[in-house]
Amino acid sequence: MSFVLTCPNCGSREVTDFGFGGEVSVRPKSEPSFRELNTYNYFRTNVAGVQREWWFHRSGCRAWFIAERDTRTNEVLSVSLPT
Amino acid sequence: MSRLPKQAGERIDRGKQITFTFDGKKVKAFEGDTIGSALYAAGRRTFSRSFKYHRRRGLMCVAGQCPNCICAFDGAPGARACTEPAREGITVTHVNASPSLEFDVMRATDILGGPFTPPGFYYKTFIRPRKLWPLYEKLLRHAAGLGVLRKEQPEREWRTEYRRRHADVLVTGGGLAGLHAAIASASLGADTVLVDEGPAPGGQQLAAGAPERIEALVQRAREAGVELIAGGSALGYFDGLVAVWQGDTLHQIRAAQHVFATGAIEQPLVFAGNDLPGVMLSGGARRLASMYAVSPGKRAVVATTSDRGLDAALALRAVGVQVVAVADLRPDGGAASAELRSAGVPVFNGHTLVEARGRKAVEEAVIAPVAGGDEHPFECDLVIVSGGTIPATSLLLQAGALSRYDEHRGHFALTELPAGLHAAGEVAGDDSDAAAAASGEAAGIAAAHALGRQTADSQARAVELASRLGELRSPAPSVAVPPPVSGDGRGKCFACLCEDVTSKDVKLAIDEGYDSIELSKRYTTVTMGPCQGRMCQLPAVRLMAHNTGTSLGDVGVTTARPPWVSVPMGILGGRPVEPAKRSSIHSRHRALNATVKWAGDWRRAYDYGDPEGEALAVNTAAGIIDVSTLGKLIVRGGDAGEFLDRLYPNRLSNLAPGRIRYGVISSDAGRIVDDGTICRIDEETFYVTTTSSGAGAVEEWFSWWLATWGGELTLTDVTQGLGAVNLAGPKAREILSAVTDLDCSADAFTYLDAKQARVAGVQCLIMRIGFVGEVGYEIHFPAAQGEHVWDALIAAGTPHGLRPFGLEPQRILRLQKLHIIVGQDTDSESTPYGAAMSWIVKLDKQQDFIGKWALQHYADQTPATALVGFSLHNGRVPTEGAVVLDERGSPAGQVTSARRSPVLGKTIGMAWVPAALAHDGARITISDEGAQLDAEIQTAPFYDPDGKVLRG
Repeated sequence: MSFVLTCPNCGSREVTDFGFGGEVSVRPKSEPSFRELNTYNYFRTNVAGVQREWWFHRSGCRAWFIAERDTRTNEVLSVSLPT
Repeated sequence: MSRLPKQAGERIDRGKQITFTFDGKKVKAFEGDTIGSALYAAGRRTFSRSFKYHRRRGLMCVAGQCPNCICAFDGAPGARACTEPAREGITVTHVNASPSLEFDVMRATDILGGPFTPPGFYYKTFIRPRKLWPLYEKLLRHAAGLGVLRKEQPEREWRTEYRRRHADVLVTGGGLAGLHAAIASASLGADTVLVDEGPAPGGQQLAAGAPERIEALVQRAREAGVELIAGGSALGYFDGLVAVWQGDTLHQIRAAQHVFATGAIEQPLVFAGNDLPGVMLSGGARRLASMYAVSPGKRAVVATTSDRGLDAALALRAVGVQVVAVADLRPDGGAASAELRSAGVPVFNGHTLVEARGRKAVEEAVIAPVAGGDEHPFECDLVIVSGGTIPATSLLLQAGALSRYDEHRGHFALTELPAGLHAAGEVAGDDSDAAAAASGEAAGIAAAHALGRQTADSQARAVELASRLGELRSPAPSVAVPPPVSGDGRGKCFACLCEDVTSKDVKLAIDEGYDSIELSKRYTTVTMGPCQGRMCQLPAVRLMAHNTGTSLGDVGVTTARPPWVSVPMGILGGRPVEPAKRSSIHSRHRALNATVKWAGDWRRAYDYGDPEGEALAVNTAAGIIDVSTLGKLIVRGGDAGEFLDRLYPNRLSNLAPGRIRYGVISSDAGRIVDDGTICRIDEETFYVTTTSSGAGAVEEWFSWWLATWGGELTLTDVTQGLGAVNLAGPKAREILSAVTDLDCSADAFTYLDAKQARVAGVQCLIMRIGFVGEVGYEIHFPAAQGEHVWDALIAAGTPHGLRPFGLEPQRILRLQKLHIIVGQDTDSESTPYGAAMSWIVKLDKQQDFIGKWALQHYADQTPATALVGFSLHNGRVPTEGAVVLDERGSPAGQVTSARRSPVLGKTIGMAWVPAALAHDGARITISDEGAQLDAEIQTAPFYDPDGKVLRG
């Protein structure tokens, strides 16, 4: 994997500057069943397409942000700090 | 010596002599020579022995393409003599021949084994008896190969570096086309990088002996602001990034637009004995003569499929080589054939080479009509072959370009390029100098235009170039497509020189069912050797098509993959990205002759020479350990307490200022992630410590949840800014009192209290905690004052028997207390329940917290295994990772830690054991490297089980 990612704070950097935090998933609100919990913990959607995902600017400002990336082409459509 | 008089484009400096050794013998060279050119000039014809049959192989391409001159340089195998610059004193040795290059006993495989060593020979022959495989493997590894890596490598004095470069335009290939492209794009203001793998840019122009033209272009490129990377090999294309290996540097060049002007690769012909030393590609012979002023031979036979071979015949005649015959596969034509004939050189049209003969090198070449007929043998010492060219498309194909078989040219040519990719020069089919220059300039302009850099002039120029290229391309090149094999199938005709695959081997593979090019590749290993298909891809495809009765287009080519050039692993590895970390007190550990070892990124004192003595000192007097490596986070803000309540399974919001609690971080799956202490400084401020190795991960974890949840708080990582030492032992209180005004009495400063006070004049945070099980003070201070605080404590403590202790004695001490080390005693499956820390999980907490639901689930279950202490008395210390056996002798757990405790006088440890055995007094058997050790379970700490000492 090799592409340029734009940190909302620092600007464009090689992706190797960043840590990947996985796809944005929704944590179960309360009292999930064991199955729901395991789905949250261990299963990923793994879309072939645009995915919302977490990135961490590990070698930079050390901020987490959310990127929308096409997993097929590595095209990054947007980046934003969480609100 | 076979040096020619001064050549126009020669790269050697005759005034500077160099001496190196080849297989122990001294060889003279000039500055600018390659090892290969110098050896050839000195008369050497055999450069290596082939991979399987140990046949003699000599220079063929003189461009680092073929495998024939692979040698070891100063012990490092795998590089090519024809491109390795000659350097004073370098030791060159042959590979894959024993006892010597001239007399190789494994040559027997060629003479005797030919029919018995087809593809798949190893798998078919050495399958039985199975238990002899280790022996077979040893013999086979010895028999075949490309050299031996030394087991002991000297400490490297040099480092490899990564370099990142973001450019507008990257031009790969610095021949005529590439130089014109780079000049054009840079002139339009694009930030342009040009990479060329040759000793200098110029490509074929260097072999053609036209240096002035190239020098002028290089000058123009520099003036236009092009960054030139010479001697750099493009290894692969990775999503817009090209990795370029240049000396000790791996450039990672990312560009918005890529121009590939990678040229074409001259192809050999497949005939009997086509691998004999003296059989050389026309470009190779020309490079030897024009760049290094080395005569390639005295009497030459030339076989060609295009004008390239005829041009070479003329060029060789001009340097005094007698061309005794030319076989041109084309039935007629050839611009230079009239000139050759008038010079008295017989040119045989419709003919090709069918055999090269000779014992150690070529002595005779036989040409015959391609359709069969009278054979004409010619005595010669040089055979020049030019079997057409293939465009060097590998990098383009890696980047997503498509190619298709071109019937007329007889090779696979580019058909489609993805956006942002441009091809220019021979790789795009623009072979003539004029076409290469025009297509280069057009590609450079197109790349700049794609970036929005255009002018009225440049747009007009683009139109002009397009029409010019149309004209230049219109007369189709005159080439003939060679047959898959020339002649009647006699002898060994090599399709693949790297792996010794003959035309018959490819046929056999097809007969055995490997009838697609990808399958045949894997079975015969054709295209998998050091040339990476440069010399063998097209011949293999031709053989496949011929033997399966399909078209070349249907056979297709194998997938192009990096690396395009063989590259040492060390270059890819580069320099470690993480520098070593040292605490601010490190010089003191050095001065005390500490055993310093890696602990994660840190260089840490493992001990000061006497781990058990150091541990005993802590239990009997006092010890001091540098714990600056602990992760340290300040969590501050109105929501800090609630934030920590949600991250830890226990309660922290109700912690009183000035108090400390131990905490375990668990994941949402209920697994232990890290542990440490949490100290409340004031209402809004918490000071959180983590394990040394988990510091970075915990900071990321905290900041991720902060990003997810939000909240009125800030996180500050002060791991590097603060140092810390732990002063512990029965005398610790007295020692600390001597350097601080703080009331350290047991009543005023109780266990789990945190105080801010001056220690030796330095403002510190002092936390009364006890990882090692004695009265202990963890003193945190600004890193810059570390040595001062350390020195003051040592001075105050030495009269009391204070000793510095390292990580190893700390491990003994904490084991006495059964304090876990996350990652040592736990793994990614461990829960607080299994690790006997159910007390730390507060399921009755109001808030949701990370891991709550999973832990709720596990709370109702009895864990299958539990972490317990054990002791044994026979003096052995089991290996960490030793297996715990159940009563039936089956593996049921493992030892995670074990040490000899000097204060207890026995071996103690921790182990995961079946839950049924997790009670005091239970007996377990530990299987450790063949020995069976009996041990007794203990669930309470071995030392000070009720904590009276610790809290005292």
